Amino acid sequence: MDIKGIVSRLEKTDPGAIDRVSGENEITLNFNDFNKAMQTLHDDKSLCFDMLVDIVAIDRIDRMPQSHRFDLVYILLCSKDFSRLLVRLAAGEDNEVPSVSSIWASADWAEREVYDLMGITFSGHPNLRRILTWKNFEGHPLRKDFPLEGKDFDQQFDTTSIEDY
Amino acid sequence: MAEGKTITLNMGPHHPATHGVLRVEVELDGEIIVKATPYIGYLHRGIEKLAESKNYQQAIPLSDRLDYASASANNMGYCTAVEKLMGIEVPKRAQYLRVIMAELARIMGHHLWIGTHALDIGAMTVIFYAFRDREMIMDINEEIAGYRLTPTFFRIGGVAADTTPDFIKKVREFVKWFPKALQGYHTLLTENKIWTTRTMGIGPISAKDAINAGLTGPSLRGSGVAYDIRKAFPYSSYDDFDFKIPVGEKGDVYDRYLVRMEEFAQSIKIIDQAIENLPEGPVAIDSPWITNPDLVSVQTDISELARRFVLHTKGPVGPDKEVYHAVEGAKGELGFYLVGDGTEHPFRMKVRSPCFYLASALPRLLVGHMIADAIAIIGSIDVVLGEIDR
Amino acid sequence: MGIENQLTGDNILVTSLNKLVNWSRSNSVWPCTFGLACCALEMIATSLASFDISRFGSEVFRPSPRQSDLLIVAGTVSKKMAPMVKRVYDQMADPKWVIAMGACASCGGTFQSYAVLQGVDQIIPVDVYLPGCPPRPEALLAGLMKIQEKIRTENLNQRPDFKPGERYETQVPKVELIR
Repeated sequence: MDIKGIVSRLEKTDPGAIDRVSGENEITLNFNDFNKAMQTLHDDKSLCFDMLVDIVAIDRIDRMPQSHRFDLVYILLCSKDFSRLLVRLAAGEDNEVPSVSSIWASADWAEREVYDLMGITFSGHPNLRRILTWKNFEGHPLRKDFPLEGKDFDQQFDTTSIEDY
Repeated sequence: MAEGKTITLNMGPHHPATHGVLRVEVELDGEIIVKATPYIGYLHRGIEKLAESKNYQQAIPLSDRLDYASASANNMGYCTAVEKLMGIEVPKRAQYLRVIMAELARIMGHHLWIGTHALDIGAMTVIFYAFRDREMIMDINEEIAGYRLTPTFFRIGGVAADTTPDFIKKVREFVKWFPKALQGYHTLLTENKIWTTRTMGIGPISAKDAINAGLTGPSLRGSGVAYDIRKAFPYSSYDDFDFKIPVGEKGDVYDRYLVRMEEFAQSIKIIDQAIENLPEGPVAIDSPWITNPDLVSVQTDISELARRFVLHTKGPVGPDKEVYHAVEGAKGELGFYLVGDGTEHPFRMKVRSPCFYLASALPRLLVGHMIADAIAIIGSIDVVLGEIDR
Repeated sequence: MGIENQLTGDNILVTSLNKLVNWSRSNSVWPCTFGLACCALEMIATSLASFDISRFGSEVFRPSPRQSDLLIVAGTVSKKMAPMVKRVYDQMADPKWVIAMGACASCGGTFQSYAVLQGVDQIIPVDVYLPGCPPRPEALLAGLMKIQEKIRTENLNQRPDFKPGERYETQVPKVELIR
């Protein structure tokens, strides 16, 4: 289905959910209607975006304070005609993004990764904890204000400082 | 157990049968797994963060080290994504050479899979044959790129060098030899009674569940979904080649095995077509701010020298744009989400790693099976930890 | 066939204990199965038919650190993995040797980031460093030969695990049957 069809279908069920349509296959969703619109994208027979390919979080610290700090891009795939849809959502630092892990099982780890590396929290996630870094890791490494070599790069490494799950 | 007590058993992160530093905590009721929790991150190297500090060319070697079992397939993903970001069309000869390298890498990845997977289940001979043939591909890599495991042969805008006569000869030899070797693997395993008993009906996943869990690649195709990015979103001239997508039915370990075995044959078919129809022409685009000038003009022309200097100190510039581009890696959909900001560094590089989602589906696959089957299932989804943890 | 055919009758060989022990140790260096990242694949390739590490008496890759003499740290040691690397090393019985295989294990290599330990020598002592990303199997064999050379020239009472005056006394643990 092309982008026009997706937009008109989504407008019918969730009016006002789409903030902006950009490019061939990208829509920006309104924060308040986000969860409902994602549910429609998954459930609707004609849309049928039944695979969540990935969640990308981008730290847009360079565009602050005009816009929200984070951009979340959900990459969806329809398994019928293999069409892709990018769903964008802007989130502030204090926003709790509604979790979509109840809709797509793959969102479980994807959201944990975003939380771990970017520090965006998801409301309604069953098991939101660090996944790639360790339990007592400080900070969120993919944020732009996190130094590449870590905060303790000039100190002697001690194995007992690592606490694991 | 009678009292309803369970045992918690920790496998890994250093465990000979987990294909790297994967750690799985399984809860056992007798020998049956009632709960499985994979823990990852033991090979987290911060590749995404490192890419932000490197320029577009410098980040290519990082992509090699994602799925190190099939390095060139990752190069393909990264370079095509950057080219999509910069709007570069690569010459046909370079595209064909890329296809050859990527398909050889896919075969390399599957070699590692079949060797270790069979070794885990108890068939020890296969790994010797698989690595014998893997060495042939390593020789081809070494011939053209100078390195065995991680060739880093791709560049933004093309490939690093043109073919050597030996390269073509070696690829042809391999194409001629490999079907026989593949027949050998089939003889060892496909109708082997122990093999079929250990794999048939183990770890099945339905197409609906597999899609919902985000599985891609051979693991998804084993469940009967013919999703292959080489066909769905063709890149790098894949639509020029005639090949089929093998699919399974039941989605169990044996079906995933058959799918990968057929992929061996299809990959060799693609390589055969590509090497026989290799077009003439340049192997990289001639763009002043992306590719290197040739060495002769560098030594004779001051402006070319300056251009080379700038290219090596700064690198090509990516526009202020965001793209998502995915290729079919050896394990599934390998996607790169690149955000450019008008400088030489990617503002953000997100790797959509197929193995990450394969590992996330492990609890679903393992529960209800015996602990011995866990080894077969972990082997059958073929995870490489470098790609999971990035 | 071998040396026994050349000799007749009962024979006596005179050598020092140092040489005898070092000779036998150096030809049966059993590595621990310990693959971390890319280098592990080259380690596997070394152990298989084309390169055949068994020529050096080291084909017995032990899954248990208790039975192994050599820890080949094959790949990037992340900070999360570092405690396990140290634990595996600590579990190995003396005498033990360590090869830091590849640039990552030697110095962090290309991964100079927040998550990677910049060289495994920060947590365990290393005997041989192998450059390369990943090193070729020949390089690993060369590293192994360096270890053998080191073992052969070593003085037994100058080893780090040598404790003068200490004797090993076997203590039978008291076993109580629980009914």
